[in-house]
Amino acid sequence: MTTATMTHDEIHHHDDPKGWRRWLFSTNHKDIGTLYLLFALTMMFLGGASAMLIRMELFQPGIQLLDPDLYNNLVTNHALIMIFGAVMPAAAGLANWMIPMMIGAPDMALPRMNNLSFWILPAAATMLILSFVVPFFPGGGTQINTGWTLYPPLSVQVGMSMDFLIFAIHLLGISSVLASINIIVTLLNMRAPGMTMFKMPMFCWTWLVTAFLLILVVPVLAGGVTMLLFDRHFGTSFFNAAGGGDPVLFQHLFWFFGHPEVYILLLPSIGVLSHVIPTFSRKPLFGYNSMVGAMLAVATIGMVVWAHHQYTIGMSIGAVTYFMIGTIIISIPVGLMIFNFIATMWRGAMTFETPMLFAVAIVLMFTFGGLSGVMLAVVPADMQYHDSMFVVAHFHYVLMPGAVFGLFAGVFYWLPKWTGHMYDERLGKLFFWTNVISFNITFFPQHFLGLAGMPRRIIDYNVMFTEFNVVSSVGAMVFGLSHLLLLYIVIKTIRGGKKAESRSWEGAKGLEWELDSPPAFHTWTVAPQIK
Amino acid sequence: MINHDNDKQDTAAAPGRGKSGQHLRRAVIGSSLLPFALLAASAAHAEYGINFPEPAAGVAREIYNIHMLTMQITTVLLVIVFGFVFYSLYFHRKSRGYQADQHFHTSWFGQWSWVIVPVLVLGVDMTIAGKADTVLKKVWEVPEDENIMDVKVTGHQWWWEYDYLDFGINIESRYVPEEEAGDLYLREVDNRLVLPTGIKIRFLHTSADVLHAFWVPELAVKKDAIPGYVTETWVSLDREGVFRGQCAELCGTWHSRMPIVVEVVSPERFEVWKAEQLAMKAAAAAEAGSDKVWSKDELMAKGKTLYETKCAACHQASGLGLPPAFPALKGSPLTTGPVAGHLDIVINGKEGTPMVAWGSMNDLEIAAIVTYERNAWDNNTGDVVQPADVKQAR
Repeated sequence: MTTATMTHDEIHHHDDPKGWRRWLFSTNHKDIGTLYLLFALTMMFLGGASAMLIRMELFQPGIQLLDPDLYNNLVTNHALIMIFGAVMPAAAGLANWMIPMMIGAPDMALPRMNNLSFWILPAAATMLILSFVVPFFPGGGTQINTGWTLYPPLSVQVGMSMDFLIFAIHLLGISSVLASINIIVTLLNMRAPGMTMFKMPMFCWTWLVTAFLLILVVPVLAGGVTMLLFDRHFGTSFFNAAGGGDPVLFQHLFWFFGHPEVYILLLPSIGVLSHVIPTFSRKPLFGYNSMVGAMLAVATIGMVVWAHHQYTIGMSIGAVTYFMIGTIIISIPVGLMIFNFIATMWRGAMTFETPMLFAVAIVLMFTFGGLSGVMLAVVPADMQYHDSMFVVAHFHYVLMPGAVFGLFAGVFYWLPKWTGHMYDERLGKLFFWTNVISFNITFFPQHFLGLAGMPRRIIDYNVMFTEFNVVSSVGAMVFGLSHLLLLYIVIKTIRGGKKAESRSWEGAKGLEWELDSPPAFHTWTVAPQIK
Repeated sequence: MINHDNDKQDTAAAPGRGKSGQHLRRAVIGSSLLPFALLAASAAHAEYGINFPEPAAGVAREIYNIHMLTMQITTVLLVIVFGFVFYSLYFHRKSRGYQADQHFHTSWFGQWSWVIVPVLVLGVDMTIAGKADTVLKKVWEVPEDENIMDVKVTGHQWWWEYDYLDFGINIESRYVPEEEAGDLYLREVDNRLVLPTGIKIRFLHTSADVLHAFWVPELAVKKDAIPGYVTETWVSLDREGVFRGQCAELCGTWHSRMPIVVEVVSPERFEVWKAEQLAMKAAAAAEAGSDKVWSKDELMAKGKTLYETKCAACHQASGLGLPPAFPALKGSPLTTGPVAGHLDIVINGKEGTPMVAWGSMNDLEIAAIVTYERNAWDNNTGDVVQPADVKQAR
């Protein structure tokens, strides 16, 4: 059937579905975006609960609450749930909601694939949760005590829950690749007339790069874990030295995925910042072109420096020198991004609503995390830092502000657009301060623990590490619980509140702010003309 | 830095000695926020350890210095960034009536900042990378030196094995339970790695099962222990003392119970220690090699000690294990069934499980352990396994 022969009714026959059908069969980018965000919120509480259990156990020396395998199982699950269950789906949720509205498209380019890429996620999450609970049933085998890096040979010793996990990773990977294809196709084909690539909102640019990164690296992880599966069950020896393999090969495959993954988590939040900071500084983004260039540089260099996660595996001096210099060089484009954000704030007329507060916190704390990253990049010093609590502190300083605070900023920034209600600014600010202060109390002392000699991923520690662990655990309890406030604010905003205008923020620019708040079920059915 | 003062006391004591009750007691400060207040005081450094400990080797000194350098550079950068942001936050706010400068990004600075900023960052990067490269060359590759002592460090789940390849001395090093170790719990071992000052030492790292990593902060050099592969690090120790560290690579259930204690002594003292070790080794070999038929009681007594050192971490002193990972030996079909099957799993291990081959123990040791396992915890098979039986089963 060609478009010409379609009647009006045929085009709109799927409009306005009701009940569970609306969600399960949804091909609407807004509904799917909402699903992604709700899924991410749920998983964030699961991952957060496991983190709180970890910190409760570490509150004092000795083994009080958990057994060592359960502890390591929680360490593994905390990371996997937060990365694959919370941050990536939340970023995909923002993409689904915002990209079509920002580029003046009626929907994502491939709406049915959009539905599929979301609905794979609950299945994957079920597999992931099964991998956690299966060992508690008779015959369930040992728990996953490997950490999220799944390094063999330890991961070959683990019981059947490792197989559940491997399949969960396959499903998550499929979902990510499908979502990425959809985003790339949408951004390349569905932009409103007149919107050239270099007029595209920055959030779209960051997601375009993220999507390409995902398509490049997720299959490598899938291959790596498949080889692990074969080693476990089919007698291959990819990672077994006794059979001619090499355990280190897995580390290379894992981090070839794992390092770009860091930028996959980070870039969408950089995109959010590129909207939030100009809005609340009432001034255009400083250095749009250099921002795009910096991002492409980060993605390119980020692809080829993976082995800085494995300096201690015994590489040649030539190899480690290359990886060290490559890693240090990343500070150039990342530094340029931070500079552009500061220059956007500079001589602006700033106000500090919750999204802007988070944005400022990101600029400051991500810089801090990035600088400890430069320290870690230095190979000889890393011989000391490697696998210590210093690393734990570093990557939480990068990922919490860099990725999660960016998502929080995005949620607060666009919540009025999505729900049609302004959130409670007083509560938003309360959430920000509790969250940021308790985050710093949790993770700042861990730098000292690492330098003094505390390894990561240990359930029990010597009394010399007590003081900072107590501080860290107290901070972590407040930090964890503070997210209940976020949940309350979101629910309260959905249910009601001050009516949001279509341009919810004084300085907001972009096509999404020309739509009603909340927008109609289908928007931009007639493409806007961009001058 | 943490144990520095007390380490001097330790050095005075006999080398190779086990635990020491002399170590400083560290008062646990109950109040959770007190350490923050103390951070300001420099006294807090010694008390809590907020930086690398005082290095004990030349390479560690190099690493310490590059760490301090990069930390100082990054701190300066941090202060600059924070300075600009806070200036802007204070002055460029709407509530002060500040009008946004809509043309800032089109000024000459806006046009050229994409060049200026990367050049500045590149300068900082090159400073760091240049210094790092110099240090790397000094620490990374083992110097070619005739007079170098080789120590093979083998990680096991969950203990360390040290082989002095030049003299054939083998040390097994395991954690000491909390009741005996007191405040040094998880930082104390039964047998220390004893090393002399003044000579280059090469560590050859490998593993018998999964990944481990030998990490002593005072020595600073760390490489992973990878089964089937050998990685190497080196140090030249320049001060005596007792230095403590832990396994740094997640290695399964009892990762937290793999402490490392390095005791650095003078070359003379090291020679004394070496002679003692060699004498003990000769005595043990003579005992195991004799044709003596051992009584059940003798084997049970020996077996109990050996079991509790080598086996109890997984199978537990009670013989109940930690199922499903570590099966019970009490009443198990293995320990109450045929002797041959029991010997086989001890000597050859079981593939795909953490149970590794224990065949490197001598016949007497295996005989004692198997006899113990077959009779302890009401297993009461009455079997007495002699060293000769083990020899035959190999």
